[in-house]
Amino acid sequence: MDSPIPNRRQFLTQSVAALGAAVLGTQKVIAEDLVQLPFANGERKLVQFPQKRPLILLTHRPPQLETPFSVFNEGIITPNDAFFVRYHLSGIPLSINPETFRLSIKGLVEKPLSLSLEELRSGFENVEVIAVNQCSGNSRGFFKPRVGGGQLANGAMGNARWRGVRLKDLLERAGIQAGAKQLVVDGLDTPPTPKTPDFIKALELDHALDGEILLAFEMNGEPLPMLNGFPLRLVVPGYYGTYWIKHVHELTVVSDVFDGFYMNPAYRIPNTIGHCVEPGTTPKSTVPITRFNIRSFLTSLITGDQISSGKDTLLRGIAFDGGVGITEVLVSTDAGRTWKPAILGKDHGRYSFREWTLAWTPSQKGSVEIRCRAFNRLGESQPLEPLWNPSGYMRNVVESTEVTVA
Amino acid sequence: MKTASLLLVLLVPTLLQAADVSITLPPETGTYKSGPGVELATANCLMCHSTEYVASQPPMPRKFWEASVKKMKDKFGAPTPDDQVSALINYLTSTYGLPEK
Repeated sequence: MDSPIPNRRQFLTQSVAALGAAVLGTQKVIAEDLVQLPFANGERKLVQFPQKRPLILLTHRPPQLETPFSVFNEGIITPNDAFFVRYHLSGIPLSINPETFRLSIKGLVEKPLSLSLEELRSGFENVEVIAVNQCSGNSRGFFKPRVGGGQLANGAMGNARWRGVRLKDLLERAGIQAGAKQLVVDGLDTPPTPKTPDFIKALELDHALDGEILLAFEMNGEPLPMLNGFPLRLVVPGYYGTYWIKHVHELTVVSDVFDGFYMNPAYRIPNTIGHCVEPGTTPKSTVPITRFNIRSFLTSLITGDQISSGKDTLLRGIAFDGGVGITEVLVSTDAGRTWKPAILGKDHGRYSFREWTLAWTPSQKGSVEIRCRAFNRLGESQPLEPLWNPSGYMRNVVESTEVTVA
Repeated sequence: MKTASLLLVLLVPTLLQAADVSITLPPETGTYKSGPGVELATANCLMCHSTEYVASQPPMPRKFWEASVKKMKDKFGAPTPDDQVSALINYLTSTYGLPEK
């Protein structure tokens, strides 16, 4: 660990808060917490947005909010009010009438549709999936060398029970015409200037029709929070959040490859094995980002914590991948020299966080480095050294947590 | 009884009419740090995004801020006039970037 910042993942500094608020000036000084993310220029405010608890403020307009890491130790499901928020465009919807809202399905279809929320709910089978949504740039702040973009720690991810209708069912109701190639998905958010590209994404048609993608209207048993896409968002299990379009109002079947800004040049990864290049270099060719790689985290302890020698300690954490399915998590309490298999918790499906636990009784005093490493059904695992790409996507190195045994 | 039914008839359509779901965002705080050229950042950057887009970046060299201003101008439609580009890059580098010798 050679972090330039004191080794505590997110320590709250009440005392600095008053100073921060005073410097910012425009708001009266209220009880406001600050968080220090463990990388240079990682000081963040905790700010409460509507339908949310105080979250780590990355940007205010458009809103980008990161989940404090301690939330991931509270349970396998990330509560709606703690779920991360990521927008691209400042023209976000602040008021939506669920009565007049319509989802349109158009383009290369036999029968264009315009559906109310009630028609969606009652006209199609309602299904559920527990799935992780993770920002492509989750953990970008840890890249070395650093790269530009949203400087996130590990909190731009969350796991929720999504309820909605299958995208496949909607498209089949509309009827796909011959020659269709992709599905273009647009939400209600709008660009701030006429020259700013609208945030629009495309899915390959066979992916759109595979039956796994939902148009979700509920998250953990409640309507979607506005900032997570009310009243309808795309849920693309196993895929990075860039495809999980919020406030979806338009589905267009097209005959070619949609080439909008957020498909090209944005959200692309090196077309190499591991989607990485030599740190600091530019890839020769790129492809759109797609599925998550495999990750695991220790959640019950954070760097800087102190534990007691000779006392039983339950190490707990989470693992997930792009849908292959977690089969094993190995844990090391000696900086990677030896590894023990953790016990996996209940299987909530191959797109969910999987809990892992390991009973451990630290015997030696001093500094201890704990690592965890997940494996999936294909035998894929996490690299021991970080991989690098210029956009700061897909970090999945084996994480280390340094605690003191006293 | 009659009045009650009449009331119900009048009320039902209102009850069925779902109200707008609305949120109010907390007030935006923060201004660009003072320094030569701050008025360019305020005029060209703030119209599309809040200050943290700049302020939360790691300490980066001039080359990074050049690329950022170019991207905002060419790809995102920032209205920065050509003759103000270099002054804006100077401001961003000297205020938020890696110190230059």
